[in-house]
Amino acid sequence: MPINDLLTEIEAEAARQLAICNACRYCEGLCAVFPALQRRTLFESGDIGQLANLCHNCKGCYHACQFIPPHAFAVNLPQILSEARFESYAAYAWPRPLGRLFENNGVVVSLIAALGVAALLIGVGLAHAPADLFAARTGPGAFYQVIPWGLMAGLAGGVTLFAVLAMTIGAFRFWRHTGEGGPATAGAVRPAALAAGDILTLHNLGGGGRGCNDKDEGFSTLRRRLHHFMFYGFMLCFASTTVAWIYDHFLGLVAPYPFFSAPVLLGTTGGIGMMIGTGGLLWLKFVTDQAPTARRLLGADVALLLLLFLVAATGLLLLCLRETPAMALLLAVHLGFVLALFLLLPYSKFVHGLYRSLALLRDRRERAASLHAHSKG
Amino acid sequence: MCAAITARQAGASVLVIEHAPKYLRGGNSRHTRNLRAMHSGPVETLVGAYDEEEYWRDLLFVTKGKTNEHLARIAIRGSIDAIPWLVRLGCRFQPSLTGTLSLSRTNLFFLGGGKAHLNVLYAAAQRLGVELIYDSEVREMPIENGRVREIRFSHRGFPATVKAKSYIAAAGGFQANIDWLKANWGARADNFCIRGTEYARGRVLRNLMDQGVATEGDPSGCHAVAIDARSPRFDGGIVTRLDCIPFSIVVNREAKRFYDEGEDFWPKRYAIWGKLVADQPDQMAWSIFDAKSLGLFMPSVFPAIEAPTLAGLAGKLGLDAEALTTTVAEYNAAVRPGSFDPTIHDDCATHGLALPKTHWARRIDQPPFYAYPLRPGITFTYMGVKVDENAAVHLGNGRPLDNLFATGEIMSGNILGEGYLAGFGMTIGTVFGRIAGRGAARHANQ
Repeated sequence: MPINDLLTEIEAEAARQLAICNACRYCEGLCAVFPALQRRTLFESGDIGQLANLCHNCKGCYHACQFIPPHAFAVNLPQILSEARFESYAAYAWPRPLGRLFENNGVVVSLIAALGVAALLIGVGLAHAPADLFAARTGPGAFYQVIPWGLMAGLAGGVTLFAVLAMTIGAFRFWRHTGEGGPATAGAVRPAALAAGDILTLHNLGGGGRGCNDKDEGFSTLRRRLHHFMFYGFMLCFASTTVAWIYDHFLGLVAPYPFFSAPVLLGTTGGIGMMIGTGGLLWLKFVTDQAPTARRLLGADVALLLLLFLVAATGLLLLCLRETPAMALLLAVHLGFVLALFLLLPYSKFVHGLYRSLALLRDRRERAASLHAHSKG
Repeated sequence: MCAAITARQAGASVLVIEHAPKYLRGGNSRHTRNLRAMHSGPVETLVGAYDEEEYWRDLLFVTKGKTNEHLARIAIRGSIDAIPWLVRLGCRFQPSLTGTLSLSRTNLFFLGGGKAHLNVLYAAAQRLGVELIYDSEVREMPIENGRVREIRFSHRGFPATVKAKSYIAAAGGFQANIDWLKANWGARADNFCIRGTEYARGRVLRNLMDQGVATEGDPSGCHAVAIDARSPRFDGGIVTRLDCIPFSIVVNREAKRFYDEGEDFWPKRYAIWGKLVADQPDQMAWSIFDAKSLGLFMPSVFPAIEAPTLAGLAGKLGLDAEALTTTVAEYNAAVRPGSFDPTIHDDCATHGLALPKTHWARRIDQPPFYAYPLRPGITFTYMGVKVDENAAVHLGNGRPLDNLFATGEIMSGNILGEGYLAGFGMTIGTVFGRIAGRGAARHANQ
């Protein structure tokens, strides 16, 4: 299979390995990557971008492969696709210079998280006299006595808007890149619905129905379930915030809300889910067979998981201690982590969710086109 | 592994001694992708039906009668029960792979291929309490009074001995033992690639033969196909196979053709090309074709060698440019017009050549020109120990050993004396593995 000269070193190595996969095809039933690579006749940069972001890193193909190192063919697809994926995050990032934040991403994420927390703590500390800071506050508006509503809303809104803008541009860049020279695509609604199913069920983390190789050559669906805990936990927290915003804006109800209120129940459940999910995924990162992983990307993976874990943990802690004198400090710490998370959305492993979703959509559209071609032919 | 699991399920305590390190465990099963299964209606991913008589006729055809009907029918019938048994152990299947549609009725494809299938079986064995040791080569199985007394093996380089009530030999063929191959093929064997595991050295087979165990199958026979000459010496597996020959001409070091490349459909001819190439100087040949034929066959691991002219191609291949251009010119001149169709025995043939190409013959005239270098690739050897319907190993005096059973390539020559039927090796290994496991457990529990 001809390999394009314009590929980066990582892309060229991925193309070399994918050519071996294309000659073997044993993994065809494991996930969407293998049928997708067989639709391609030669691997351009955009094809590698698509396949790398389609890969869910389940490691099923590594443990099924006859040609893993030290075999001369040295196929280690989960590892090389992880590296290609990470390289693609930097390439799609906007503004482009900030793509450099993906190098040593673990350090970057930790630093920004620390800075976020420090900024909020210092801000809160400066705004209040010490005695005032440690006064217990209860009742509606208690949070806004620590950090004024306008500041909180402005900061959150501004950072979120920027993240949305940056990620939208990233999405366009991904879509353009992966569409270059790739196979034909077709359909709109049906492929989108199928892709939504793939995203929400993590269908491709099923190993073709038998489970993935989460830890070793044995089969399990643990990683998939933990990711569900994290993802749906995150979504519940997001829902909690949205409901709280509606309460505040339209119903005139001011936070903090009682425990048996929609925002608190949603947030609590979500927070616990996120802690289970991120904690479990962190544990898996360290107990899994390291051979099919990309060691130098571990920092970025761990940093984001840890950040999400801390967002959830500090949120729950704030809930437990919100009527005590520790509330003001906890609020600052929690919002510090939240601020860091939103600042980092476009420049952390968080973007995998965006590009994976788009890759799944493209894949479903490719499949629709290939089905269409077959039914015609 | 099927034998070990079955014996354990029957209540025996089981130790598996594996020569390879863990990541290379399971012999050639690692390189397989499916199991040929008889069935009367759709089952798992199999479509249609495939009955015993059709299966038997297919086997009779490929082996040209070199089979044992009694044992063959046991393997064929046993393939039905094997499927639910495998599924209960956690094995899963996938639809036949792209490019293998012709097998969707007869062959059940392992989800993720043979190694993933093995991983399921090993996990099941461990769950059931089968003990496994790796990096341990069985060297001797001394036979006394019609019984195996013990097993002497090396464990990570240190000698060890184990005694058991019964033993199962599942140690494969001898295709990775180059010295043994040389005894039959001479120095030619130095230029062979072994497509599968390098641990199939036939040590157990040789030890049993030396002690008077009866054998079945042609001692010099091996399944040999033409693979990409750039393949590694061992373990090149499925990706080094080439399917380009019917759409090309094949020349030797003198740039001369030596066999009708279009004699029949490729699946029916690919197993003769190993021997054909082995008989050429240096055991090398080159499949030459042009831009028209690229894309007519499955991709393989190495890209084709490409040049804008035939002389340029000859230079890259180390062939005499004049000789190659002459051979191609003679061939091109002999090609008669026809309507090219790879799916049938078409009417594209040469006329007037001493060595014709009888189908799919088209002029090689459209640059760029391509070549794949070919070498013999040995899949497996045929000779193995003689077994009966209980998988019990027989002595030369016609009597079965009391406590020795065999399964897999070490005994498949009883049933598969020549040729190959896709997925049949795994059928024999699975069915006779279960028979051997039951027999061994029964004997141990007595």
